[in-house]
Amino acid sequence: MSSIPPKLDVLVVGGGNAALCAALMAREAGCSVRILESAPKLWRGGNSTHTRNLRCMHDAPQDVLLEAYPEEEFWQDLLKVTGGLTNEEMARIAIRHSATCRPWMFKHGVRFQPSLSGALHTARTNAFFMGGGKALINAYFRSAQNLGIAIDYDCTVVDLELQDGQFKAAKAIHRLPGGSTQEEWIQAKSCVLACGGFESNMEKLKAAWGQNEWGEWTAENFLVRGTRYNHGVLIDVLRDLGADMIGDATQAHMVAIDARAPAYDGGICTRIDCVSLGVVVNKFAQRFYDEGEDFWPKRYAIWGRLVALQPGQIAYSITDAKAVGRFMPPVFDGTVCNTLEELAQTLGLDQEVFMKTLNDYNQACQVGHFDHTTLDNCHTEGLTPVKSHWALPINTAPFYAYPVRPGITFTYLGLKTDKTTAVHFAGQASQNLFVAGEMMSGNVLGKGYTAGVGMTIGTAFGRIAGSSAAQSVKAQLGQQLGQHSGQHPGSHTDSHLLSKEKHASA
Amino acid sequence: MQVLEQLVKEAQDLSRPSLVLADSEREVARQLQICNACRYCESFCAVFPAMTRRLSFAQSDIHYMANLCHNCGSCLHACQYAEPHDFAVNIPRSMAQVRLKTYETYAWPAFMGVTYAKNGLWLTLCLFASLALFIGLLLPAPTQEVSNFYGLMSHETMVSWFAPVFLFDVLALSIGVYNFLSNITPATSGAALTTPAALEATHNIMSLKYLDGGHHEGCNNEDDAFTLWRQRMHHFTFYGFLLCFASTSVATLYHYLLGEHAPYAWGTWPKVLGVVGGMSLLLGTLGLGWLNLKRHPWHGDLKQKPMDLGFIALLALCASTGLLLWVSHGSTFLPSMLAAHLASIMALFLTLPYGKFAHGIYRSAALIRFSVEKRQATGLVLKED
Repeated sequence: MSSIPPKLDVLVVGGGNAALCAALMAREAGCSVRILESAPKLWRGGNSTHTRNLRCMHDAPQDVLLEAYPEEEFWQDLLKVTGGLTNEEMARIAIRHSATCRPWMFKHGVRFQPSLSGALHTARTNAFFMGGGKALINAYFRSAQNLGIAIDYDCTVVDLELQDGQFKAAKAIHRLPGGSTQEEWIQAKSCVLACGGFESNMEKLKAAWGQNEWGEWTAENFLVRGTRYNHGVLIDVLRDLGADMIGDATQAHMVAIDARAPAYDGGICTRIDCVSLGVVVNKFAQRFYDEGEDFWPKRYAIWGRLVALQPGQIAYSITDAKAVGRFMPPVFDGTVCNTLEELAQTLGLDQEVFMKTLNDYNQACQVGHFDHTTLDNCHTEGLTPVKSHWALPINTAPFYAYPVRPGITFTYLGLKTDKTTAVHFAGQASQNLFVAGEMMSGNVLGKGYTAGVGMTIGTAFGRIAGSSAAQSVKAQLGQQLGQHSGQHPGSHTDSHLLSKEKHASA
Repeated sequence: MQVLEQLVKEAQDLSRPSLVLADSEREVARQLQICNACRYCESFCAVFPAMTRRLSFAQSDIHYMANLCHNCGSCLHACQYAEPHDFAVNIPRSMAQVRLKTYETYAWPAFMGVTYAKNGLWLTLCLFASLALFIGLLLPAPTQEVSNFYGLMSHETMVSWFAPVFLFDVLALSIGVYNFLSNITPATSGAALTTPAALEATHNIMSLKYLDGGHHEGCNNEDDAFTLWRQRMHHFTFYGFLLCFASTSVATLYHYLLGEHAPYAWGTWPKVLGVVGGMSLLLGTLGLGWLNLKRHPWHGDLKQKPMDLGFIALLALCASTGLLLWVSHGSTFLPSMLAAHLASIMALFLTLPYGKFAHGIYRSAALIRFSVEKRQATGLVLKED
């Protein structure tokens, strides 16, 4: 092994929010930086292009954020949604970081807007990106380019070379315009991995979810809400290299989305927002969960999993004319029928069971004062499962049905890390290999989700990873100067050539 | 007057909202259904706040929103559903396609809507005809040195050619925008214009607010970076045009009220307004033309480039020939410069109601309705997502 350090300071694998935060921070610290994005330019940015806001701690009103959202409340919210499956130290780092990172984001071109219409519940807690996540990604890439960061698109890292837990080189495959590929081993003094989970890798999802009691491969019916480029290749590579892992392979940010959504990149618009205004039945035409348990923003993240556990991984949200204009307009038109019998028939559901489910529900409704903006007193009595709020009989034609499937956003299984974001090997922190974003989200999210926290994690640990990588580079430089105080800087060989020679001989 | 009312009624019947949407309108409705379920672009411009007030999009809504769209490009570059996504959302393009259709639909007299089908050709023919006309009129020019263009063509002759065309333009555009407003007013709450709404709309129109990206850093041109130059160049063009118009109006007053005839000396109002306006118009149109040529190919409707660039070029011709006319006083170029200038102005007048100029009229009307509509309650209480 040559003792000549590579030319490149920081290699960033990934092209989403966390990767760009890391790259920009490292560049600002004076490092040379190269970003490898596996997607083509038009699909760059991973799942970040589908995001819309950042959950932000703040003790007083701030530009687009109303009132206050103190650290403790943020922490309690996180504790609640994860059911305690979180790491308090890591969570609090992300929370505190969210209070101070926005001026930096602004500096790099990210603009904020007031909470969107139809999402006013987040006006206090979440800062919305003007134009959404793709505008944020565009801004970061522009800033990266202006700062002289090298960017490769269509470039997937498939292997890593480590030595005693220290990063040496990454094996990248460039997809060239003609359809051919080119392999390149890239050396760097330090590396940040921020290339997402494995949510778009069907084989891995199938392996994680296995077969259910009906003999179905549960994951086969999942729709991927985001990018098709997150295959979790490096999560596997690092596990095989002995990195410490965290998280359950079936845990993910998963919501109920329209079954007609595209297989990838359906994003926000495919969400189904009328669940709490009606009932939801499975393919056996039976209800399976309290649709009115709590406000939809607090429940949407559990419904993906609920539907995943139903036979055929499909469900139907049933509403009537009273619901129209009370929920966000859906991207696909619902199935509309003038009678419930006709609706069951059109959906291919057992008409008898369906009518019994609906009649039982309608009869169990205790109608009080309906108000879909509060936890009202309309509920069912003597019905299992109960509907706790907004229980109005479904009796006003026309009737509507929306088919629902699990929409996976990102997986939580990843690399265990600490406050420096260092990748760990048998409890030992790597000196120059760091991880950010979805790949380490499991350190904060053991399960569950709350809006905007993915971007909080990505921004906080992305920026920390960039700083850690820059510090690592400086530390190596210090060592280098100590060891070879007389060495001429011009004697550095081109890292690309070096790696080729090295790997040719290997 | 009865004849006029009859004509207005006929035009209205032709432009009545149809239940059958054209392909371009269906495409806007399809895309807006996606946008309305996403809403990330709400702060960029007026289109999206107008959209969130609606659950579905009828023809009049689509005509209204198409004319609210300034083709700034912000929503396209920010769009998670833009190509290569299967949803292929491109609001600037689909809106531009409907906009053209609205110009066609509301043009008066209705058969003149056909000029929008091949607007570059139409503009070229108008320019050629105008040039032929003024060469013909100026050909028997006196052989002796003429330093005054009224020596070449009398003021009365000029007025007799331009005034009828101009008055017709005012009539045609008024009827067109009246029909447009009759169609979109019920779709935009039907409420009457109030002073605060009028003031806001005036500000939005005169400042080109919706080319500022919502963050005051401008809109897009060749890529996802923001630029204020489109707004600035449009200001140079628009205010230059207004100054030229003011120059002509002031000169008319000088002519009839004060009995002072052109050419006016440097330092007089008609001259100052005309020269400053002409320079501003020339600079603005050159800038807009340059930006248009550099524009990202996904912005707007490429088929409309001949109309857009033709209009820009015609304005640039009006400005440059006007300035050249000023400097050619006392030279042998005066007759030819006068013919060129009068011909470009005539071509502009002939195409005002049947060319890109209409965008300003219809967009202003849409912005006025936007300022009215946003002040009304929506009736929608959408459960929070």
